[in-house]
Amino acid sequence: MGLFNFHKNTFKHGVHPPEHKDETSGLPIRQFPFSPLIIVPLSQHIGAPSQLVVREGQEVVRGQLLAKAGGYVSVPQHAPVSGKVRKIGNVPTISGKMTTGIYLEAFPASSQEVLEGTPIPLETATPAQILQGIQDAGIVGLGGAAFPTHVKLKIPDGKTCDTLIINGIECEPYLTTDHRVMLEQSDDIFMGIRYLLKSTGAKRCIIGIEANKQDAADYLTTHLPPGEPVTVQVVPVKYPQGAEKMLITSLLGREVPSGGLPIDVGCVVVNVATTAEIGRLLPHGRGIQERVITITGPGVKKKGNYLIPVGTPLRYVLEQVGAGENISEVYMGGPMMGVAVSNLDISITKGTSGILVFTENEVKRPSKVYPCIHCGACVDACPISLNPSQLGILAKFEAYDEMAEKHNLLDCFECGSCSYVCPSHIPLVQYFRLSKGIVRKRKAAVKG
Amino acid sequence: MLNKTLNISTSPHIVKGVGTNDIMRNVVLALLPVAAFAVYSFGLSALVVLLTTTAACVLTEHFLSKKTKNGSTVSDWSAVITGLLLGLTLPPNFPVWMAFAGGVIAIALGKFVFGGLGYNVFNPALVGRAVLQAAFPVAITTWFPAFGPERFSSFSVATFTAPFMEPATDGFTGATPLAAFKFDKITTETSDLALGIISGSTGETCAVLILLGGLYLVARNMMNWRIPVSILLTVFVVSGALYLVDSQAYPSPVFMLFSGGLMLGAVFMATDMVASPITPAGVWVYGALIGLLVVVIRIWGGLPEGVMYAILLANAVSPHIDNAIRPRVYGTQKSKLVN
Repeated sequence: MGLFNFHKNTFKHGVHPPEHKDETSGLPIRQFPFSPLIIVPLSQHIGAPSQLVVREGQEVVRGQLLAKAGGYVSVPQHAPVSGKVRKIGNVPTISGKMTTGIYLEAFPASSQEVLEGTPIPLETATPAQILQGIQDAGIVGLGGAAFPTHVKLKIPDGKTCDTLIINGIECEPYLTTDHRVMLEQSDDIFMGIRYLLKSTGAKRCIIGIEANKQDAADYLTTHLPPGEPVTVQVVPVKYPQGAEKMLITSLLGREVPSGGLPIDVGCVVVNVATTAEIGRLLPHGRGIQERVITITGPGVKKKGNYLIPVGTPLRYVLEQVGAGENISEVYMGGPMMGVAVSNLDISITKGTSGILVFTENEVKRPSKVYPCIHCGACVDACPISLNPSQLGILAKFEAYDEMAEKHNLLDCFECGSCSYVCPSHIPLVQYFRLSKGIVRKRKAAVKG
Repeated sequence: MLNKTLNISTSPHIVKGVGTNDIMRNVVLALLPVAAFAVYSFGLSALVVLLTTTAACVLTEHFLSKKTKNGSTVSDWSAVITGLLLGLTLPPNFPVWMAFAGGVIAIALGKFVFGGLGYNVFNPALVGRAVLQAAFPVAITTWFPAFGPERFSSFSVATFTAPFMEPATDGFTGATPLAAFKFDKITTETSDLALGIISGSTGETCAVLILLGGLYLVARNMMNWRIPVSILLTVFVVSGALYLVDSQAYPSPVFMLFSGGLMLGAVFMATDMVASPITPAGVWVYGALIGLLVVVIRIWGGLPEGVMYAILLANAVSPHIDNAIRPRVYGTQKSKLVN
C-alpha cells in the first residue's frame, strides 16, 4: 500500500482467450426436461460425503431430504424430483472414483411441486442461524469449486469482514450461466446479498462484473435496492479474473497473502449464482435441487442456458441437446479449467457450471512439444508473477522441493494461462498440478 | 442411446496456437528484407556468403539432430535464423569455405554442445562469428565497397579462395565508418548510415530495414521490444554524455547508434530468446549491460566494433540476471534472492 501503488482496476498479467460467449449469452434460462432416472451422488462437494436418510423403495417428494450433512465440512442432499428410490449403489464420478449414489425414479405424472421447509427469516435470524440455514439448504460454491458455502462464510475469531464481494466475473470462455442469472434473477441475488451481509457483518457489498457483460451490470445497477450498501463495479475482461484473489485485487487493489484466505484482507467472495440460490432458498427453508448450466460447444445442436435437476445423467443431457457421434471431448466447466469427462454415466452435480462439448475439429492439438525457448510468454501470462518457464524445467528434473521452496510452486492456483500461451506446447500447468500433489504428499509424510 | 468413447485431456483444453516454429519462421521473414538489401548493395558475393552460411547451419543441424530421439529439428526454422544472421555479420567478400566452416561451428559449438534449441547459452551465430574472427582476423576485417559497378556480374576475388588458403585482396578494399572514425577520425553522414550507403558487414548496413523487421516482430508479439530499446537507449545516453564532454575526441551519439553492427545486434542478435533473460526487469538490465559494453569497447577497446563481444558477455550473465532479479510473487512481501 505504498505511495506509488496505483490501483488499476485489474490484476497483473493474465490472458485473453477467444470468448465464444455470444453463442449462448442471449438465450434465456429454460427448464430442462426431467430425466426418468436421476442419480444423486452423496459426494458432490468438497468435504465428507452426505449420510443417507432414505431407504430403497421409499417414495420421496421433490425437495425432501435424501441425505444429511456428514460433518461440518459437508452438506445435505435433497430430492431433485418426486419419485421412488429404486436403489442405492455405486455411481461413477468425474474423477473416476466411485461413490454411493441414490437412484431416483421420477413419477411421470407428478406436478413436481417443491416441498417447503422451515424458513430462515432475514429480520430475526442470527448470523449462526443463517449459516446453519445455508448448510441445511445444501449450498456449495456453484462457480465450480463445490466447496460448502457455510464454511467459507464463517468468519474466524479475530478477523473481520469489511467487504462482501459477489463474483459475477465468469471469465471462463463459453460459459454464460452467471450472465443469465444476473439478468434474470436479480431479486434473488439482492435477497441473497442481504443474508450474506448479515452473516458476515460486512459494511458494504460490491458485485464484480467483467465488461463483456455490460448489459447485466447495467441491469443490476438500475435495479439496486435503494438504501442498501450494494454497488456494481465493472472491470476489464481478462482471464483468470474470476479467481478470488485476482478479483479482490481488481476491485480493491488488495493482495491476499501467499497461503492466506480472502478474509485475511477483510473480504469474503461468493459466486453470484450461489448468492441467488441463497436468496431463493432460505426464505422458504428449501434445499437446492436444480441449477443453471450453460451447455455449449460445437458438438451441441441445442446450445443454451438450462435449469437442470441435480443428478440428471450426463448421457441424458447430451442426448437431449443433440450431441451426436462426432463428439470427441466433453468438459464439466469451461475450456481453461474444466475437467474432461471419461464416463457418460456420471451425473450433473451442484458444482457443474457448464458442459462444453468439442468435436474432433476443436481438439486437434499441436502434437509436437518443442524445447522451452525462454520466450517469456508464460511469465507475461502468470497472474501471480511466477516463472513458469523455470518451474517447468525444474519439474522435468523432478526437483519438486526446489520448486516449492524457491519458486513459490504452492501459490499456483492452476489457471492454465501458462500452458495456454506456451508456443512450445509444454504442458506447464499439468506439470505443476502433479508437482503440487507430490509436494503435498511429501509434506504430509514428514508430518505423519 | 448415445454411446461414445470420449477422449480425455487435462485442462486447459484450448491453446493460443502460436508455435515455436511460427516464431522462428517469422524471424526469418523479418530478416529477408535485410538480406535482400545486402544482396542489392553488395551483389553476388553477398548472396553466396548468405547462402553458404544458411546451408552450412541447416545441414549441420540436420546431421547432428537426426540421430536423436525426436529426429531432425530442421523444421523448427531456428537453424535458418542462425545461418542468415551469421552471413549478415560477415564481410560480403568473405571466402566461401570460411563462411561454411563458420556455419558448422555456429550450430555444432554454439548450439549442440549445450543440447540444441533452448539450451544454448550464447547466440549461436555470434559463437560462429567469434571463432571466425579469432581464426581469420584479416579476412573478417577486409571490407568490400558497396554498390560496386560490377557487383552483379562478377564475384569478389576472395569469395572462391581455395580452402585453407589465404584470400587474395581486392584492389577496392574500403574502410567501415567505425574504423574510419576510430583510426582516422573521419565521420560519415548519418543519412548514409541509416540507409546503408556504406561499406560494412553484409547485413548490418541498412538500419531502416533492420528496424522495420524488428517492428514487424514486436507487432506480432514475437520479440521482446525492451531489449533493443534498452540497448539503443544506453548507447545513446552514455555516448551522448561523452560527446558533451568532448565532441572532438568522442563520436556523436547518432553516429554511434547507426554505425557498425549495433542495429543488427540490438534488434536480431541480443533478442535471441534462449540466451536473454526472461523477466521484464532482467531484460532492462541485460540491455543496459550490452549498451554499456558496446560504448566501452568501441571507444576504449582495441577493436573498432564491440557489439559481438558485448552480446556474448551479456548472454553469459543472463541466467544470473534471471536468478537475481525476480518479479515479486503475488501475495508475498518482496522478491526472494536465491544464490
